Amino acid sequence: MAQIIVVTSGKGGVGKTTSSAAIATGLALKGKKTVVIDFDIGLRNLDLIMGCERRVVYDFVNVINGEANLNQALIKDKRCDKLFILPASQTRDKDALTKEGVGGVLDELSKDFDYIVCDSPAGIEQGAMMALYFADIAIVTTNPEVSSVRDSDRILGMLQSRSRRAEQNLEPIQEFLLLTRYSPARVKTGEMLSVEDVSEILAIKLLGVIPESQAVLKASNSGIPVINDDESDAGLAYADTVQRLLGEEVPFRFLTEEKKGFLKRIFGS
Amino acid sequence: MATQSLELKATSFTLSVLHINTHDFNAIAADLDTKLSQAPQFFIGAPLILNLSAIESHDVDLAALKQLLTDNQLIIVGVTSANESISQQAKTLGLAIVKSGKQAKNMPAPTKETKIIKQNVRSGQQIYAKNADLIIFGAVGNGAEVIADGSIHIYGALRGKAMAGAAGDRNSIIIANSLDAELVSIAGQYWLAEHLQQHCSDQRGCIRLTSDTLMVESLPQ
Repeated sequence: MAQIIVVTSGKGGVGKTTSSAAIATGLALKGKKTVVIDFDIGLRNLDLIMGCERRVVYDFVNVINGEANLNQALIKDKRCDKLFILPASQTRDKDALTKEGVGGVLDELSKDFDYIVCDSPAGIEQGAMMALYFADIAIVTTNPEVSSVRDSDRILGMLQSRSRRAEQNLEPIQEFLLLTRYSPARVKTGEMLSVEDVSEILAIKLLGVIPESQAVLKASNSGIPVINDDESDAGLAYADTVQRLLGEEVPFRFLTEEKKGFLKRIFGS
Repeated sequence: MATQSLELKATSFTLSVLHINTHDFNAIAADLDTKLSQAPQFFIGAPLILNLSAIESHDVDLAALKQLLTDNQLIIVGVTSANESISQQAKTLGLAIVKSGKQAKNMPAPTKETKIIKQNVRSGQQIYAKNADLIIFGAVGNGAEVIADGSIHIYGALRGKAMAGAAGDRNSIIIANSLDAELVSIAGQYWLAEHLQQHCSDQRGCIRLTSDTLMVESLPQ
């Protein structure tokens, strides 16, 4: 049976898709057979971040409606043969996702895969609810600012009340905090909430802290998940995050401001 | 759209209440004559409620009393504070049994149970402990609401709204490990975050109601 991971946040633009792509790639690089599903029906983005937008023929909604089978819709990643992508439909809307339909697809994927990563859309409507409903593990992606933290708190409430595990009184979803776009310099000046602040408010286990990085945008634009960039701190932080997800103890990095050298201070980084 | 044939609205009226202190109808008739002659315009056609709290005997003939008053051009619309047998008679006569404001405001039932929540209450969640005290082993997040008919104890930070004594119990209290609330309320008396912060900031404490105002009491560390 596969572990179903939902990457969710409530708020938009905090880095759910970037994190989904990076974590799915990281799990696959660790030898786990992984599929990443784009639940953002109508606003398909994951295929761009994964660099497979030119290879989309059938999509998630086609599979739900029985217009294509899974093998036709799954796209194998170019760089890693353990990784598959199930893209969203760009021409439908979120109501195309039904509990039965999504459940059926996840059941079928569960037979073959070790991990299923669900990239949730923003909001708390149908799409987001379907993405989190079947989850075993939730990675709550949060930016260190108050509105994002509050929306994450809301989503945590949904995980505890509206998910399959909650409705059937099973063991609750494992909840993890992934703090993205973290900037130690701005925390120091008080412009941004610190890791400690966010952890205290949300009170869930910290899985990773991804520093704000130019590499993320570059990676998105070029369609290569940032975790493949092992020269960037964001890439390394995602690699640490995946290791923690697999149960390893890894110390947190990039939490304090990097001391800039003399030349860097003059020429910038 | 068709207009509705009925509409139910609540409106308050001021009614005169006639206290009947004896079941001697002759005495009543005599006193009534005196009263009516003093201010006839005031009484004629006026709707009245009969207060029968002073009548203890069970064999009062309410129908006769009503007739006596109707003969004097008074309109009886209901009775209040009557004993059981008179109330029964009133029902048969088609009179309303009304409870006065003070009587209707019966004391809230004492809270008996305790509701325990063993996790954080997240933004958007609402917990209501009906006829019970509420204990939370966790924090109450921004945008979350915890409501109890009794008292509320929070063993974490209170960042959302807490409403104790929701059914009117003025003795209920709110205790939290950190009072950083959006709103606290006891039996309808409330403080918003701003007001609360003038009295305490972020510290643990107990909020209670003393003569219509809230107060914060610090707790021993």
